[in-house]
Amino acid sequence: MMNLNVNGKVQAVAVEPEMPLLWVLRDHLGLLGTKYGCGISACGSCTVLIDGEAARACAVRAGELAGRKIVTIEGLATNGLHRIQQAWIDHEVPQCGYCQTGLIMSVAALLAKNPQPTDADIDRSITNLCRCGTYARVRAAIHALAKAGGGERP
Amino acid sequence: MTTAQTTMKRTMKRRDFLKASATAAGALALEFCFPVPAAAARALPASPATTEVNAWIVIHPDDRVVIRTARSEMGQGTLTALAQLVAEELDCDWAKVSAEFASPNEHFRRNRIWGSMSTGGSQGVRSSQDYVRKAGASARAMLVGAAAQRWQAPTTECLAEKGLVTHLPTGRTLRYGELAAAAAKIAPPKDVTLRDPKDWKIAGKSVRRLDIPDKVRGKPVFGVDVALPGMLHASIAQCPVFGGKLRKVDAKDALAMRGVKKVVREAEFVAVVADSWWRADQALQKLDVDWDEGDNGGIGNAQIAAMLREGLDAAGLPKARDIGNVDSAFAEAARIVEAEYASPYLSHATLEPMTCTAWFKRDGTLEVWTSTQDGEAAMAAAAEASGLPLEKIEVHKMMLGGGFGRRGFPQDFVGQGVKIAKAIPGVPVKLMWSREEDMRHGYYRPASIVRMKAGIDKQGRLAALRTTVACPSILKALLPKYLREDGVDFTAVLGLADLPYTVAHQRVEYAARNGHVPVGFWRAPGQQNGFYRECFLDELAHAAGQDPLAYRLAMLPLDDKNRLILEATAKAAGWHSPPPPGQHRGLAVMAGFGSYAAAVAEVSVSAGQLKVHRIVVGVDSGYVVNPDTCRAQAEGNVVYGLGPVLYQEINIRNGRVVEANFKHFRLPGIAEMPKVETVLAPTGGFWGGHGEPAILPVAPAVCNAIFAATGKRIRSLPLTHHDLRRTDST
Repeated sequence: MMNLNVNGKVQAVAVEPEMPLLWVLRDHLGLLGTKYGCGISACGSCTVLIDGEAARACAVRAGELAGRKIVTIEGLATNGLHRIQQAWIDHEVPQCGYCQTGLIMSVAALLAKNPQPTDADIDRSITNLCRCGTYARVRAAIHALAKAGGGERP
Repeated sequence: MTTAQTTMKRTMKRRDFLKASATAAGALALEFCFPVPAAAARALPASPATTEVNAWIVIHPDDRVVIRTARSEMGQGTLTALAQLVAEELDCDWAKVSAEFASPNEHFRRNRIWGSMSTGGSQGVRSSQDYVRKAGASARAMLVGAAAQRWQAPTTECLAEKGLVTHLPTGRTLRYGELAAAAAKIAPPKDVTLRDPKDWKIAGKSVRRLDIPDKVRGKPVFGVDVALPGMLHASIAQCPVFGGKLRKVDAKDALAMRGVKKVVREAEFVAVVADSWWRADQALQKLDVDWDEGDNGGIGNAQIAAMLREGLDAAGLPKARDIGNVDSAFAEAARIVEAEYASPYLSHATLEPMTCTAWFKRDGTLEVWTSTQDGEAAMAAAAEASGLPLEKIEVHKMMLGGGFGRRGFPQDFVGQGVKIAKAIPGVPVKLMWSREEDMRHGYYRPASIVRMKAGIDKQGRLAALRTTVACPSILKALLPKYLREDGVDFTAVLGLADLPYTVAHQRVEYAARNGHVPVGFWRAPGQQNGFYRECFLDELAHAAGQDPLAYRLAMLPLDDKNRLILEATAKAAGWHSPPPPGQHRGLAVMAGFGSYAAAVAEVSVSAGQLKVHRIVVGVDSGYVVNPDTCRAQAEGNVVYGLGPVLYQEINIRNGRVVEANFKHFRLPGIAEMPKVETVLAPTGGFWGGHGEPAILPVAPAVCNAIFAATGKRIRSLPLTHHDLRRTDST
């Protein structure tokens, strides 16, 4: 049994310490917004925030998470929709949508650190894969968010 | 149980569900059909919801309108587009519209009332637009009829608009929500007149997609997100060599692992069932499996290439097209140009792996939840795997985390999910494939080799073109009923057998050589022919010393839609003005999936490194139901089309796939995304698709631009096998 702080709530989970966070979230805590895509940290579909930093939940083991604050897509908005989610709706970013929760979490981490990212910053820090090819809209939405400024820190 | 039912149960095989259906546009729609003759149709549900005006439309008392659609949603926007078409004719308030998937079980019991559930070939909108619009118009007439009854007025005095029926002489109004129950009892009109697209108010507009708000919240909408009380999880292994069988499994260690409940052995696979997917997958890797690899364990790329080359050289190949006399034309030609092009197998690599949840319930019914491109085919696969009659099965269609053809035919993952759950009756089991399993057990875009030979006259014009295609046949593998009698597979000769260019002498021969690697419908099946044809055309233009655009236009009749979209796209790209410094352009055009598509690519090559800066892509689909969604599809097609140009390939060694994950089979990222400008140039009068056409010209436009930049002609993909550094200068 270990305690995990997920979306501001400390919860006890009965899992082995080597179980990746992704599967703790999905199969033990019922937080299904975080997706499996590759299991090798290549696609970013499972991106969550750990202490505010983007992390790939398939590559972080439950045993490493004592005392750390985990935020998933379900906990991103403190009230209704997060402004990134709203921008995603405004720009009609998702197609199939499978990778988008991970993308949104990566963008949350990026904007928290760098509220005015350049195209080169985006290219460097957004390494999530989208098979539908929504990248142009992801970029447009990030720039719109940067232009609007402000917004809460994740 | 009736005799008809028992017969069906005994004889049902997947091939029985296949049915050819020609759409209004004459395009071939590949679909599954329940084998239900009208006389054998099950009784309708005892009492349909009183608010169901017709099968497509449910109106709640508070005016909310639920529109049911039969096609699947995999990101292409069909759920919204079809709802727009229904809402347009219904003339309801779009703000009150939601959409849901029609139930495959109800579809069966109501004698296929929703038409085709197949979602492929960019057919979603174009081959159902007629009947969904009629459903909307019919419901509107019924609502008007109900209002007229209430007012005891003639229907000609009543106008339905934006969810309200108004009695014109008195100005009285009734809401659709107030009328729905009465409208449902009115006989539908025999005939309805559909609106002219130029009068559309909801269709034709970039209304917001209905599925996006849930998707940005991470609501559990996909097949892998199914969660049921007491549900277990399964991970699966199939024989690494295609066609191999399970010989035996030592599961002792796996069964001792935490959370593991069962090891399921079937002829084609072994699966571990546990209380979480990770535990199932960990235990799967601890199995000691003895596979019977069959006869294919020695096959690799070289043997596959040899198989295709044997096809190219074979005598008496079926002719997909034969016009004029290529042999005498070649003899008379001023010049002959020949080239051989090739491309490898490709994986669909949907980001959501194959998945299926199945639950054999204690009442003898089976429920299935899956990400499928065809609810009907999924139900048929579940029936085949379970041995249950269709009426005892329900399939819940989930959102697809990408489809691209992989989740259409066959429904292999459904059969597996059902077989696994059958071993644990009463307990729902969710099967999800690992990425490695998904990469190595696909139904791949066929590898192919094509030889092209052109006879050029003294003016450099193309007088004769002979193309020989050696390519595995998707139809032979999956849907043999659709093969032409002589064995020609239209997906293998797309763009070649229907060459739009005016060429007096043409011959296209086709060698179907399938081998042991499974092939399937990969986004825009036949798209590799766009690369072959349009790059070879570029070679001919350069051989003739002509501008590639002018060379093509000279061979396209003035009213040809390939010409119109090519001209519109070239104009938008500024073909006749110089490209930005250091950049070079290439173009291509190709028709398919009911539409016409063209692209102009701008690239630079520096120290052998390609950068694709901008792609202008044009599509003429006749009509456009949601322009923004169509632009999104064009953008997505560009990225999907770039991967195979840059680095994607599936290699075969020792009978199995070499690549296992995204480190080996790379997907383009945001940094590789060029600027995409979409030109929607609908010319009206026909209904074309959007899910696939824009991919057709992408690879050839980029490769023709590479030639313009480097003088290197790319005749095989991906580019990782080519050195793009200039050799003609230093």
